[in-house]
Amino acid sequence: MRWFVKAVGPRKIFEFVLLIVFVIFFLGPLLNLAILAFTGKWNYPDVIPHEWSLKWWKFVFQQEDIAKSIGLSFVIASIVTALSIVLCIPAAYAFARIRFPLSRFFLFSFLLTHAFPKMGLYVSIAVLFFKLGLMNTLPGVVLIHIINVLMFMTWIPTAAFRNVHTAQEESARDVGASPLRVFRTITLPLAMPGILVASIFTFLNSLDEAQGTFLVGIPNYKTMPIVMYSIVSDYPAYAGAVFSIILTAPTIILLLAAQRFVSADVLSSGFQIK
Amino acid sequence: MDIQLSIQRLTKRYKTGEGVSDISLDVRKGELVTLLGPSGCGKTTVLRSIGGFLEPDSGDILIEGKSVLKLPPEKRPTSMVFQSYNLWPHMTVFENLAFGLKIRKTPKAEMRQAIEEALQLVRLPGAEKKYPSELSGGQQQRVAVARSLLLKPAVLLLDEPFSALDAKLRHEMREELREIQANTGLTMVFVTHDQEEALSISDRIVVMNQGRMEQIASPQHIYDEPNTLFVAQFIGKMNFLKGVVDAGQVRLDDMLLPNPKGLAGNVSLAVRPEDVMLHEAEGQGLAGTIKQVMILGHYAEVSVDLQGRETIRAFRPRDQVKHLHPGQEVKVTFGKSIAYPEQ
Repeated sequence: MRWFVKAVGPRKIFEFVLLIVFVIFFLGPLLNLAILAFTGKWNYPDVIPHEWSLKWWKFVFQQEDIAKSIGLSFVIASIVTALSIVLCIPAAYAFARIRFPLSRFFLFSFLLTHAFPKMGLYVSIAVLFFKLGLMNTLPGVVLIHIINVLMFMTWIPTAAFRNVHTAQEESARDVGASPLRVFRTITLPLAMPGILVASIFTFLNSLDEAQGTFLVGIPNYKTMPIVMYSIVSDYPAYAGAVFSIILTAPTIILLLAAQRFVSADVLSSGFQIK
Repeated sequence: MDIQLSIQRLTKRYKTGEGVSDISLDVRKGELVTLLGPSGCGKTTVLRSIGGFLEPDSGDILIEGKSVLKLPPEKRPTSMVFQSYNLWPHMTVFENLAFGLKIRKTPKAEMRQAIEEALQLVRLPGAEKKYPSELSGGQQQRVAVARSLLLKPAVLLLDEPFSALDAKLRHEMREELREIQANTGLTMVFVTHDQEEALSISDRIVVMNQGRMEQIASPQHIYDEPNTLFVAQFIGKMNFLKGVVDAGQVRLDDMLLPNPKGLAGNVSLAVRPEDVMLHEAEGQGLAGTIKQVMILGHYAEVSVDLQGRETIRAFRPRDQVKHLHPGQEVKVTFGKSIAYPEQ
């Protein structure tokens, strides 16, 4: 045993143990979830379920409001992503390229929505929404979601635009491209990885949003996370497991698809104040 | 002689106080003119004004007799090669080169042919399918030059295009640029802070300092007869000695030198190291002690401590310094010298 420690080095062994702990900590719950979701019968002393079955999947998909909520969630997430791209990408370009007074302050102000307890913020927004008649409407829910993602959607693309060198834009102007064409064919494609990462975050964030939707959208706009709350509290854990897999699946699929673009670099460069 | 580019009383001042004032310059067709100066002297400001990336405060810029001042960069008959980040990394070399031609609606077959020729000219044949990241820094700059050549600009602007490259490559690129210029007959304006580069490639050099032009002349002329003390300091190696005008002649201790400019009072005397003569025998000249002898290839650099004066450097052929050694007493005379009013 001593020779083994000596040969590999205590550092390596420590790292290995740490990795194992990490994997158990991280994947353990997911594994448990996966097992639960396909369980028919599972009594206490058994290590694995007594009986496997898809009955909870069937149950979940037979609930009418669940299928509806999944559809609704994706619709809302798509609207939120599209709208925030339209709103934030021009803003990000302005932050990256144009020097205007207080630009840093404005950029920093996007952090404010993350600086307070969410519920307090939502309640005060709800008061405002009541006056404007936005409660229990689709625009209201979409607005609440956008508030959450403004920071990602502005900061990360701003950094992406800053990484496009002015010489690259200027040489395109120089060979004869109009400013709009330069943006379309040079700047935007070069900044696309950052924009894509931000968009994926926005989409996932919107799929996942519960607090604000709960306050503003109830009773007509029940999204996946909200329905999940009631399922978790009203039905056995198996149903909740099935549902959380449904909720996690898009996240994993999207992140795998975007793996090429999502790097620590892209993210961290978004959070540098320059 | 055809004037291809004419800059008339160009002025551009920034809030910081930097910028250029009253720049006038005529560039003939097929000429390569270099704007030379230390960083912050305004040479890039002039170049960017020609390219349309800066709007001058006053003055005019004419290309082939027509004012281009009101035109945006994409409408000007100029093309610019930047210091770096010329190419678009998400496009292949072919797409990079074709970008401008596509905007000009060049037919496909013609475009393919032109790009092939341009790549041949910059010695990168067959690089069409590569991405910029697969090319070295020098190759990327060559592609950038090719892109500019393809558009057949009336004036080609080069903004320190080789400064990011290593010394050897820089030499090669200079030669190639000179060759391309000879082959194409393009009018070029070249910006650099490297006086050696300016001397080696230019037809004429414009030396700039603090936003003003100090001198316009051929490399030969500028080297031999710098107009001002600044140009004398900036171009080539130079020794400076304190002197005084006495009875119409410049006097250094007991040495008398001509004073063609008719200066008076204290002067700075500029002497090129190759014009410094060393004499081992007794005789006329300033007395000094040899401090160091360095062999630098085909010539040697000898530094001499002049008695009660500055240390000066002399460039001598290698075989002439064989018997010189540090500590040796010598007499120093000057083959050629220029006096400037002392600052």
